[in-house]
Amino acid sequence: MDNLQLLVSGLANGCVYGLIALGFVLIYKATEAVNFAQGDFMMLGAFVTIGLTNTEYMGLPFWISLPISLSIMAAMGYALDRFVIRLMFGQSQTAVVILTIALGFVIRFVAGLIWGHNPQTLQNPLAGREVAFGGLVLGLEDVAVIVVTVLLTWGLYEFFNRTRLGLAMQGASQNQLAAYYMGIPVKRVQGLIWALAGAVACVAGILFAAKGSVDPNAGLMGIKAFAAAVIGGFGSLPGALAGGLIVGVIEPFASRYIAAGYSQIAPYALLLLVLIFRPNGLFSQTRVKKV
Amino acid sequence: MSGDPILKVRNIESFYGPIMAIRGVSLDVREGQIVSILGANGAGKTTLMKTVSGVMDPEKGKIIFEGREIQGMEPHKVVEAGIVHVPEGREVFPLLSVDDNLSLGAYTRSDKAEIEADREIVFSYFPILKQRRAQEAGTLSGGQQQMLAIGRGLMGRPRIMLLDEPSLGLSPILVQEIFDILKRLNEERAMTMMLVEQNAAAALDLAHHGYVMEIGRIVMDGSAEDLLKSEDIQNFYLGVQEEGARDQRRWKRKKTWR
Repeated sequence: MDNLQLLVSGLANGCVYGLIALGFVLIYKATEAVNFAQGDFMMLGAFVTIGLTNTEYMGLPFWISLPISLSIMAAMGYALDRFVIRLMFGQSQTAVVILTIALGFVIRFVAGLIWGHNPQTLQNPLAGREVAFGGLVLGLEDVAVIVVTVLLTWGLYEFFNRTRLGLAMQGASQNQLAAYYMGIPVKRVQGLIWALAGAVACVAGILFAAKGSVDPNAGLMGIKAFAAAVIGGFGSLPGALAGGLIVGVIEPFASRYIAAGYSQIAPYALLLLVLIFRPNGLFSQTRVKKV
Repeated sequence: MSGDPILKVRNIESFYGPIMAIRGVSLDVREGQIVSILGANGAGKTTLMKTVSGVMDPEKGKIIFEGREIQGMEPHKVVEAGIVHVPEGREVFPLLSVDDNLSLGAYTRSDKAEIEADREIVFSYFPILKQRRAQEAGTLSGGQQQMLAIGRGLMGRPRIMLLDEPSLGLSPILVQEIFDILKRLNEERAMTMMLVEQNAAAALDLAHHGYVMEIGRIVMDGSAEDLLKSEDIQNFYLGVQEEGARDQRRWKRKKTWR
C-alpha cells in the first residue's frame, strides 16, 4: 500500500517533469534549438496564474484566469521566437543555448521581483481534498495532475495527427526543406510551436503550483526535465513523457530506500546508464534516410 | 505551342555566399510542355530550380510566372501561385504515413472534397502508394519514395511542376516506369513540367524542349529532337562514340560552345 502511494505521488511529479520535457522536445524537433528556459517558463506560468488567481493578488476565479495565463505564456513563447530566436538564425547553436540559459536567469529574477522569493501555492478548487480508494489515500491534486496530463497528451496527439496545422508542425520538424517545398510557412509554424511549448509549460506550472508550492527557483527543475527528455530519447514526444514519468517515479522510491545523500543522484545515474547503453534514448524515433 | 510562355526566367544570377552559382540564365517554359535542363554536377541546375521555387533568392534578374514577377517571393507564396517543386533526393516526411505526406502536399489548399478527389487521382497513377497508404514514408523503397514525392507534388494541384533529378539512385527499370508516368501526366492532364536531369537520354526522350547548362550558364537550347541529333550532345551527354574514333582522331574533341 505504501509503495502504491509512493508510485502515485511519483507519477504526479513525473507528469510535471514530462510536460516540461515535452516542451524541450517540441522546440528541439521543430527548430533544432534547445530552450533551456523551459523550466523557468513553467515557473513563470505558475506565477502568472497565481498572480491572477490568488486572493492576495488579483483574485480572479480559477477558471477565468486559466485561459488568460495560458494565452499569456503562449504569447511569450511566440514572441521569444519571433523577436529573439529568429534573429539569431545562422548563429551557432551554442549561442541559442547560452541565450536561453541567460533568459532563464532573467525570468527568475523578474519573477522574484514581482512575486517575492517565498514559496507560494496556487489557490485552486481541488486544494487539500483527498480521495480514498480502498485503503489508499490520495491527494485529489495528485490524481488531478495525472488526469490532466493524460487528457493533454491525448489532446496533443489528436492535434498532431488529425489537424492540418498539427501535420504541418510534424512535417516542418521532420524535414524542414520539404516543408518549404510543400508551401508550409515554416517560420510561422515554428513560432506556433514555441507558443505551444509555452502553453504546455504553463500547464505544467499550474499543476506544479497546485499540488505543491512554487518559488522563483523552481525553474531549476528544468534540468531534471531535460534529463528526462534525454532518457526518453530527445526528439520523441512519447519518449519525453515516459522519461518524465520514469524520473518522477524513481525519485520517491530512491529517497525511501536509498541513503539520503545518494537518493538525489538516482535520476542522473539513470541518465548516465541510458546514455551509455542506449545513446539515442529509450524511445528514440530516428530513421536513416534512404538514398 | 503559341502564346506567352507560362514561366519566363530572365537573366537570373544566384549566389551561394560569394560563389556565383548561376550566371545570367534565361529560359522559357510553355504551357503543356516538358522542358528538360541537362548538365553535369555543379552546373547550377538545382540552384536554378531552387531560385524559381523561392527557396533561394536571386541577386539579379526576373522570374515571371503567368505574367507576375515572383523572384524573391517566400516559398509558400510561390506554391500558392501554382509552382510545385519536387526536390532532389525525394525529401519525404519520413515518420509520417504515405497518406499524411500526400495531405501535406495539399497544405495550401482547403477544398476538402477536391483534395480527396486528387488523392484518388494520385493513387490511380501510383497504385503502390494506395497499398502502402498507412505505412511510414521512411520505410518505403527509394522508387516508392520518389513516386510519393511526385504524388505529393501533384496534391498541390500545380500549374507547373519542377522535378529535380527524379531518376536519382533508381534502377533503370524504375527510371523507365517513373518517366512513363511523367509522360502520361503530361499527355493526359496537360501537366507542364520543368525537369532537371543527368540522365540525358531519358530526359530528352520525354521532353519537348531542352536546355544545356554548364558552369552556371545555358550553353545550348533547342527542341528535344534537335538536341538528340546534335553531335555535341551525343558525345558529351549521351555517350555516343563515333565509328573508328580511336584511329582517326588523336585530338580531344572540343565542345562547339567553348
